[in-house]
Amino acid sequence: MNPPWRALPRPLHPGAWWLWALGLAAAASRTANPVLLALLLAVTGLVVVRRRTDAPWALAFRMYLLLGAFIVGVRVVFRIVFGGGVGDTVLVELPEIPLPEAAAGIRLLGPVAAEQLLGGLYDGLRLATMVVCVGAANALANPKRLLKALPGALHEVGTSVVVTLTVAPQLAESVQRVRRARRLRGGAGRGTGALRGVVIPVLEDAMNRSLSLAAAMASHGYGRTGHVPARTRLLTGTLVVSGLIGVCAGLYGAMDAHSPAYLGTPMLLAGLALAAGGFVLGGRRVRRSSYRPDRWRGPELLVAASGIGAAALMFAASGADAAALNPSLSPLTWPEVTPLPGYAALLAALPAVLAPPPVTAVPTTASTPSVPSTPSAPSAREAVS
Amino acid sequence: MISFERVTLTYAGAERPALRDVDLRIDEGELCLVTGRTGVGKSTLLGAVNGLVPHFTGGELRGRVTVAGASTADRPPQEFAHLVGVVGQDPLSGFVTDTVEEELAYGMEQLAVAPDTMRKRVEETLDLLGIAGLRHRALRTLSGGQQQRVAIGSVLTSHPRVLVLDEPTSALDPTAAEEVLSAVTRLVHDLGTTVLIAEHRVERVLQYADRLVHLTGDGRVRDGVPADLMRDSDVAPPVVRLGRLAGWTPLPLSVRDARRRAPALRERLADVPPGPASPGGPATGAGGTPVLCARRVSVAYGATVAVREVDLDLPAGQVTALMGRNGSGKSSLLWALQGSGPRHSGTVSAGGRDPGRVPARTARALVGLVPQNATDLLYLESVDAECAQADTESQAGANTCRTLLDGLAPGIPGDRHPRDLSEGQQLALVLAVQLAAAPPVVLLDEPTRGLDYFAKEAFARLVRQLAAEGRAVVVATHDVEFVARAADRVVVMAEGEVVADGATAGVVVSSPAFAPQVAKVLAPQEWLTVEQVERALRETATAGTAPAGGPA
Repeated sequence: MNPPWRALPRPLHPGAWWLWALGLAAAASRTANPVLLALLLAVTGLVVVRRRTDAPWALAFRMYLLLGAFIVGVRVVFRIVFGGGVGDTVLVELPEIPLPEAAAGIRLLGPVAAEQLLGGLYDGLRLATMVVCVGAANALANPKRLLKALPGALHEVGTSVVVTLTVAPQLAESVQRVRRARRLRGGAGRGTGALRGVVIPVLEDAMNRSLSLAAAMASHGYGRTGHVPARTRLLTGTLVVSGLIGVCAGLYGAMDAHSPAYLGTPMLLAGLALAAGGFVLGGRRVRRSSYRPDRWRGPELLVAASGIGAAALMFAASGADAAALNPSLSPLTWPEVTPLPGYAALLAALPAVLAPPPVTAVPTTASTPSVPSTPSAPSAREAVS
Repeated sequence: MISFERVTLTYAGAERPALRDVDLRIDEGELCLVTGRTGVGKSTLLGAVNGLVPHFTGGELRGRVTVAGASTADRPPQEFAHLVGVVGQDPLSGFVTDTVEEELAYGMEQLAVAPDTMRKRVEETLDLLGIAGLRHRALRTLSGGQQQRVAIGSVLTSHPRVLVLDEPTSALDPTAAEEVLSAVTRLVHDLGTTVLIAEHRVERVLQYADRLVHLTGDGRVRDGVPADLMRDSDVAPPVVRLGRLAGWTPLPLSVRDARRRAPALRERLADVPPGPASPGGPATGAGGTPVLCARRVSVAYGATVAVREVDLDLPAGQVTALMGRNGSGKSSLLWALQGSGPRHSGTVSAGGRDPGRVPARTARALVGLVPQNATDLLYLESVDAECAQADTESQAGANTCRTLLDGLAPGIPGDRHPRDLSEGQQLALVLAVQLAAAPPVVLLDEPTRGLDYFAKEAFARLVRQLAAEGRAVVVATHDVEFVARAADRVVVMAEGEVVADGATAGVVVSSPAFAPQVAKVLAPQEWLTVEQVERALRETATAGTAPAGGPA
């Protein structure tokens, strides 16, 4: 086998990227240290830049960065507006807006302290880092491949989501087309009449499309369930849903340092077990196969392990020296970085080198010499028809 | 392979059955063409094969439909997926995934085909249909012909024994239609697939058909060898009607057959000048003064140039056909001329004003456009309401639109919901709505798709009438037979540029793709329609010559 850094380009299993990203997000949730958070952000950015494809969803990473910046900004502004005057290091004296008695305890504006601003900044940065981690997963893993990797029992749900994703742009196109058609009747008008002129043809269009899609799916064999007894279906459903609720509660418990211990790891494990049981039970009844499934191989393990490892190191660090992870605001101190969390960030950066490079040169405009009718400008046709 | 035993199908609330006492046996490896006028139940017949009718549509089915011994009464359509592949009229709305390769695999995934087998079948199907170069493409970016071939491929991968195609070529240009049909005939010949195909444009498929199933209109079917049934079928392509006229037996079904019998007819017609292509049409194509002048019109979407520096003059009283393959810029040009669509550069002048620079309401009085999806313009509950609304919009007198509608398509009840009208009636209504503003220029984008021979003939007369009233009419279409019948002048576009512009006969007779069947049979003489030939023969007959055709 080739060493991982000489791997052939191939898409990685989307689950691996998601595990990595969630691990990184979990790690970020444990700290408010801006230096560490910046380090984690840099690591995320590095891996995304090195390992993303040129697919449309991969370009959405920029949007997540902007969203992160927006979150930080909002947090800081809120602290200024509803600051409540925590801290002694006053930077600016803003005029306070007097509020009626009923709103006692809320203060608008007033003196702005450095502690207050930094608190908002640290908080916002932590949330932003977690959001950017999720964005990284979205950029690195094809969302549709992830749906395909769903267990057999969830296949139908997965198909519905894929169809929804496909239909949304069609609907937008339909609205555009009808609005243009309205202009042909001189109807650039406003009000309910104009709205109706757009909504009714669009709805009719959507209706027709979904009917013909449903017919097409049925004749392709979608929903060949065979004969599953109703009781088995009920049992499967109950197991899956309660398991997923357990997983959610468990994740919340594990992320939130203040929640009781039983809500954390034990709940998570119990939920996972329940859900897995449901999937196995449901999947056994499903007669379906998957075209070119993503396989779980060495590099997938490495990537997932580096993310989960980073989270584990950070959790260990939060037990060992919590002070370094949450720098003190009163008194104001410079944030310090101890080795352990630093290693966590470095571990998370490994996929930038160890994951196989992405397949970028997708032949999107393949030549079709045998097909004389290939229009040179298909997109133009799209735009007008 | 497929058998219908005394099948009667009645939809819920319908007065009379859509299919009545249908007895039909289609053997393995047959290519079977289903014909009939719009609304006689072609789609119902096709849908009944895999049980979509009545499982999916509702209705009551009596009798028995079986495919390879399995009855549709016992199992839902899903359980027929491995036996019957169905391809609808609009492939795009039937796609479940979004790339070519995944779409091809989708059906197999549902059937739980082993991954190795799937991989192999996808590759085979890509080659069989000649779409290997498109494997990673997004389905929405493909041309119509490519989409249709992918749709066929997506059902072929499950190795069905029956392929059901509902109007597979109706939206395609002649060349793309040829591609699809040649793929289908290859399946029949190489794999022995049984194919059931419904098509309005019978002329495209007839020559390949082993059997014809003709829906007569009262819910019954006649089936038999094409040459027999075509002798008195009410749906007949021009080559068959020419054969009937000339008395050729057996009837020719393809241009090749007809051409081999045609020398005598050609000789007879040699020194007769072709008259007007259709009654009431000025054959010369000499129009009046231009009512619309376009100079160096370009349309671009981002980096894609859809129309490149096109010059066009539209004289009053002339019908111009705009032809060219899918995506050659026809629609973009029409929208730019009307003023509602984007225009990158160039000038358009209609009656001294630029429709792109005036409010939409004024533009519509200068140039009227009926878009491809004509029903996009309709949104009210009744025909009368639409007409009244059109009068208000056009600031025309009361009943202007209704009067126009009665002139175009008499007898449409005013309280009918526009969506319940037939395609031809809807087209007439939209046209009436647009004509209420009395534009001197009328642009029609693909008006003939979905129209059967009769509706198309009526529509051709209507177009001639518009021109006779002094309007300039432009029709963007793929339908060469319609062009032969209705147009004075043909403009051919390719890659956004005008590559040919001239009188209909001059442009189409020499073109392999755009020549109507009669022209192909009688080339190099410039005959376009059966009516033309008929009239000429009648004149020569009265002049004392022998009956037409003679011993072939």
